[in-house]
Amino acid sequence: MALWLPRFSTDRLACLTVSHKAVSRKENLAPETPLVVAGRANNALYVHALNVAASRQGIYHGQPLANARAMIQNLKIVPADEKADADLLEWIADWCDRFTPLVTLDPPHGLLLDITGVAHLFGGEEAMLALVRAKIAAQGFAVQGAITGTCLAARALARHAKNTIAPPGENAQLLAPLPVAALDCGEDVMRAFRRAGLKTIAQVADRGRAELASRFGANFVTRLDVMLGVEEKPLAPRRPLPDFRTEQRFAEPVITKEVIAASLHALAISLSGMLERGGQGLRHLEAFFFRADGKVERIAVKTGTPLRDADVMLRLLNERLDALADPLDPGFGFDVIRLEASFTEKNRIITASFDNNENSRWQIAFLVDRLAARFGEHRVQRFVAQDTHIPEAQSAAIPAQDRDFDGTWVRRRKENDPPLRPLRLLEKPEEISVPVSGVPEGAPMRFRWRRAQFDVTRVEGPERIAMEWWKKEKPTRDYFRVETRDGQRFWLYRDGLYRETGLHPRWYLQGIFA
Amino acid sequence: MNKYEKLADLRHFLSRYGLPHDRPAVSLGLADADTVLGGGLRPGAQHEVFAEDWGASGFAACLAIRAMGKKPLFWIRPDYAAMEYGALSATGFLELGGDPEKLLLLRAANAEDALSATADILACPHMGAVVLELEGQAHALDLPASRRLGLIAEESGVTLFVLREGADARPSAAATRWQVRSLNARAGDDDWGSPRYLAQLTRHRLGGLGEWIMEWNPQDGSFRQETAHIGAVAATVFDRPAGMSYRFA
Repeated sequence: MALWLPRFSTDRLACLTVSHKAVSRKENLAPETPLVVAGRANNALYVHALNVAASRQGIYHGQPLANARAMIQNLKIVPADEKADADLLEWIADWCDRFTPLVTLDPPHGLLLDITGVAHLFGGEEAMLALVRAKIAAQGFAVQGAITGTCLAARALARHAKNTIAPPGENAQLLAPLPVAALDCGEDVMRAFRRAGLKTIAQVADRGRAELASRFGANFVTRLDVMLGVEEKPLAPRRPLPDFRTEQRFAEPVITKEVIAASLHALAISLSGMLERGGQGLRHLEAFFFRADGKVERIAVKTGTPLRDADVMLRLLNERLDALADPLDPGFGFDVIRLEASFTEKNRIITASFDNNENSRWQIAFLVDRLAARFGEHRVQRFVAQDTHIPEAQSAAIPAQDRDFDGTWVRRRKENDPPLRPLRLLEKPEEISVPVSGVPEGAPMRFRWRRAQFDVTRVEGPERIAMEWWKKEKPTRDYFRVETRDGQRFWLYRDGLYRETGLHPRWYLQGIFA
Repeated sequence: MNKYEKLADLRHFLSRYGLPHDRPAVSLGLADADTVLGGGLRPGAQHEVFAEDWGASGFAACLAIRAMGKKPLFWIRPDYAAMEYGALSATGFLELGGDPEKLLLLRAANAEDALSATADILACPHMGAVVLELEGQAHALDLPASRRLGLIAEESGVTLFVLREGADARPSAAATRWQVRSLNARAGDDDWGSPRYLAQLTRHRLGGLGEWIMEWNPQDGSFRQETAHIGAVAATVFDRPAGMSYRFA
């Protein structure tokens, strides 16, 4: 199913004014006011979108803005906001998730829904199309739709022969009378068609394929074939399909916390049952709350170990819900609540094991999951050894839930040596000022860092560490471990060799020893 | 109250304050200090370390390495502490004798988050030790919060080290409180040597106080008694204002 919102940008603005009418009375965008959205192309302003009133007065899409201004005196002009348009389209796509999980954006103003096998849930294709259109229109958007076997054909029909439903195998007949503009393949091709006198798709399709391919390229021929239903092209969904999902629809939107909690509980139990039958555990759990007024709230939690227990799921979700900056707002109520499980893995049944280690590993993984749900996964970290000699890159802090990385820790210290690497590394090496060093290539005798003076009494080094030459070239560093008069130990380096930097090298403090 | 009741009362008192049998004390490896501490640091309790300079925070890491055993260590710090004092480095932890595989880090957005996370983590009896690093006065950690953490630690048996940098001591429910300063390598030695601290036990709920020079031995993960050269460390500077650390300098 293809949906097209022909007056998307202006409808968006009209909706905004309706909801903010109280505050901005003078920004009155009544439907009868001609309104255009101005875009910029090739350094000139042109009409990017327009409402019904404007088009009635003879303004058209792509017209230079100056012309439009000259034609209508009280023309209201708003600059285009492509970001806001894209966000809204994304929202509408979210909303469409209630019909099918396979929703694709068709920018700038369209959506494609794969409704294979779901139409009967909504009373057949015809009823479903009517339902979707009515619901979107109720939000204040003009919408046209079409249903056919392939997405490109549906797209063309939605734009040029609205609200058609093509029975299987009849794409070609329905498309044949459409103008060539329905092929939607750029201004150059259109010009060529005009010159050749080809006006409808039927005329183009009648030409030999070899002829078309040599004139417009193989891509064009593929596109034409996909559209006519000779070839098939799959939809790329916006999100990967979940492995398991379960949802509850409400006849009346639910508002109270208790009902929502009860519904989540029931859904978690049913999801847990599905996972159990499949012998799977989930790594990624997502809850969707479809609000009656079209907004969709999503809450996702990740887990470090495959999870199947309904209580644990609920606890993680609640942890996440409690941590939300602005709490879940039911507004006029939720009419659908859904749980999705993705990234599922084979899962052994975990009961209280006799193996204590196993139990404690599991408990700690659960603790990490809870903390990650509350504070965000990037805040709970573990360390992984990296195979490099660059000091700041030798250990990487990664989310503790990621189990897919591993490295071997290599201790630099020989037996009975003191630690050779500092316990603390500054996030970025800080430059220090070194007025004087003992010998030109030696360590500083005194330095100033964060406005404090430090006298160096002991030095170990240098330890020369060259940067990775195959990456962007950086100077070699000479590291020194220095001890100051009052017993503090720092890790300093000189950036660049003596013969490169001369007498005025730059010095940095990178770490602090325990 | 007859003497039997009194005895029962005392027994009850001892059972509360004595160590449970399944929780051995965390010995520091330093005979003098262990004697004063009654065998070592009390597990399932809260210990405060006030670092007087940059390096002294390593003392808390050393204590935690001792206390964690084979179990994981959770290090909790607010984001700004890392900017000020440097981020915990796993390579440095390894060099100090710890196992980076067992190290977990929580980067909290602020002190309140850090405290609530600490409470959750402490409650998990499978943790080895928890280090909570707080910089500055941290008003969130007041006496009730400290008591709460102490009770949770008592319940789960996980040892909590509260590492304070650039802060004054405040009333708290900690079992011990340490003022730590890093020391120079021994005067006679040629090389750098292991980290040395002057550790002052300034509060001990169940016993005496003391002051020791401790040298951390990364090889066997314990503190070493310092016998020689004590005279070389003259004029310990505990007389300066407590807030005076190098972050203000």
